[in-house]
Amino acid sequence: MSQEIFVAILATAITAGTPILYAALGEVLAERSGILNLGVEGMMLVGAVSGFICAYETANPWYGLVVAMLAGGMMALVHAFLTVTLRANQVVSGLALTMFGIGLSGYLGQSYVGLPLPAPFKIIPLPALSDIPVLGPVFFNHDPVVYLSYLLVPMLWFYIFHTRAGLQLRAVGENPAAADSMGINVFRARYFYVIVGGMLAGIGGAYLSLYYVPSWMDNMIAGRGWIAVALVIFATWNPANALWGSYLFGGIDALGFRLQTLNVTVSPYFLKMLPYIFTILVLILVTKRNLAGRIGSPQALGLPYDREER
Amino acid sequence: MIKLPGTNLLIEKKLSPDPAAFFVVPVISILLALLVGAFSLALSGRDYQQIYATMFSGAFGSTYGLSETIVKTIPLTITSLGIALAFRMQLWNIGGEGQIYMGAFAATWAALFFPVGTGWWTMPCMILLGMLAGGLWALLTAIPRAIWGVNEIITTLMMNYVAIFWVNYLVYGPWKDPQGYNFPLTATFPPEAILPTLGVSRIHFGLFLGLLLTVLMYAVVQHTRWGYEIKVTGESVSAARYAGINSKRNILLVMFFSGAICGLTGMTEVSGIAYRLQPGLSTGYGFTAIIIAWLARLNPFAIVLVSFLFGGLQVGGYIVQTSGIPSSMVTMLQGLLLFFVLGGELLTYYKISKAPASSGQDT
Repeated sequence: MSQEIFVAILATAITAGTPILYAALGEVLAERSGILNLGVEGMMLVGAVSGFICAYETANPWYGLVVAMLAGGMMALVHAFLTVTLRANQVVSGLALTMFGIGLSGYLGQSYVGLPLPAPFKIIPLPALSDIPVLGPVFFNHDPVVYLSYLLVPMLWFYIFHTRAGLQLRAVGENPAAADSMGINVFRARYFYVIVGGMLAGIGGAYLSLYYVPSWMDNMIAGRGWIAVALVIFATWNPANALWGSYLFGGIDALGFRLQTLNVTVSPYFLKMLPYIFTILVLILVTKRNLAGRIGSPQALGLPYDREER
Repeated sequence: MIKLPGTNLLIEKKLSPDPAAFFVVPVISILLALLVGAFSLALSGRDYQQIYATMFSGAFGSTYGLSETIVKTIPLTITSLGIALAFRMQLWNIGGEGQIYMGAFAATWAALFFPVGTGWWTMPCMILLGMLAGGLWALLTAIPRAIWGVNEIITTLMMNYVAIFWVNYLVYGPWKDPQGYNFPLTATFPPEAILPTLGVSRIHFGLFLGLLLTVLMYAVVQHTRWGYEIKVTGESVSAARYAGINSKRNILLVMFFSGAICGLTGMTEVSGIAYRLQPGLSTGYGFTAIIIAWLARLNPFAIVLVSFLFGGLQVGGYIVQTSGIPSSMVTMLQGLLLFFVLGGELLTYYKISKAPASSGQDT
């Protein structure tokens, strides 16, 4: 494989991984607070469609991104209300959110299907950095949303592991009763992180409709939300691991796509299966590893908090 | 007791769940979902009264509509029974869709490519192989779940995509009918591979398979030791362990049968409706079944009833598509419905009262 193709695949791995990265970062926050949100796919879809509609009508992708963020947050609010306040089953509520998102996005986007976006995000090569051989074109020849994620990952990592607020977040997810007796408002914290998680999922979805594709199609997230949920386990609830994990998945996606254009004799249907089979295999390996290393999910993940049963 | 934020309402756990709520909550949830649906239709400037009326009369108001509703009830019932079996043990089988496709694939193989041709054995082989394929497909995710605790929600869901691409590969590739004008379809099944229908309607023999399965499922989950083991394991894994129940074996068995039942849906859909393998043969039955199973509280007989309602919703949804209402509205209504049912569970297990004026604390 020539170096040029290799660099192109790596650069595509970053773009293909970015929507998964945003969604996974959001899910890391929600799960760290103890709330499992399986509605990522639905929140990404609603983010993608609302972002597209707004960017299409205003011809400005930034407005689209903001609207997608708000829409993702609104979707997450529903999940937070059901699981935190009403203590509903988190698995079923998340599934409901995904199904509702599939329906709502299809309904909203009905008259926008296949329309080209007048002004998608554009590639802005970073001065100096993009001239570095290999690394430059791979990492620093992208659109602003990718650069934003470069900043977001270390910030979130620092926030979770090295700030007081991050400590409180982890306490809420590990032992809500203890956090509560320390004076932390468990309910408020869970609402906050679930909603922020939804906002990030919304951005991830909009990245697909505002840059990667850039257009709206029914169900265009195509399982990436679920891959993000799997990635959180892979990343052991750590934003830094989520970064390279996303690019790994993005790489598989890019490789499958690249092989199709290279006239390989393998049927495109088998290439399209790759990311999903890869997710399953990775999940099995990671679960085994976490089991051996005694790395577990946040202790209270999936359990509703009831002050009465403290 | 907790205080609902922003209100002066207290939520308190009831000593025992209210039996009336088991019936009232789903009914109110359906009405609320329809209300929100009406609101969103009205927002986009549509006449919701007329749309709902068309949907209702289209699904239940004529012999043809009613028979089409029953046609949809069959796959929904069978799939929901399979999904509910796994849910009973708190195994989240989200892979019904993929298991349906694998069942359809194996049944098609038995119908069109069986080494000894067709005969009296064709139909039994289609049923057996369809169920076996669905069951094995689910077992692939059950094995890592049983051994290492690998999250089955994600693996079953990922397997859906793989199964759908596999069927697409077949119908666009090696199994494409040479006389099919290049459409992505297999050849039509021979008569031995086609389920008999009821009169001139499209209601096929799968209806009886579904009803038989309902009774069988009720008997198994309510009146056998295995059914009891599943229930205990679902409620508490540690209680099951103390009772000497082999949870690992049950994970494998329950997922296999859950997948096998979904595989049966695939078989009845190709053999009773399409008469061939084609893309899009399941319109999300595997996902709708999750809502039905939950709404029916995993009760087999309630599943038949709820499937009938959802069948009507889908048929009604098809009918109003001609007046520009996208099919996604039905998906949206279904998601909304599940939200309300989940929220309504609060009413089943908790009671809401006004906080006394003096209590400012929320404990």
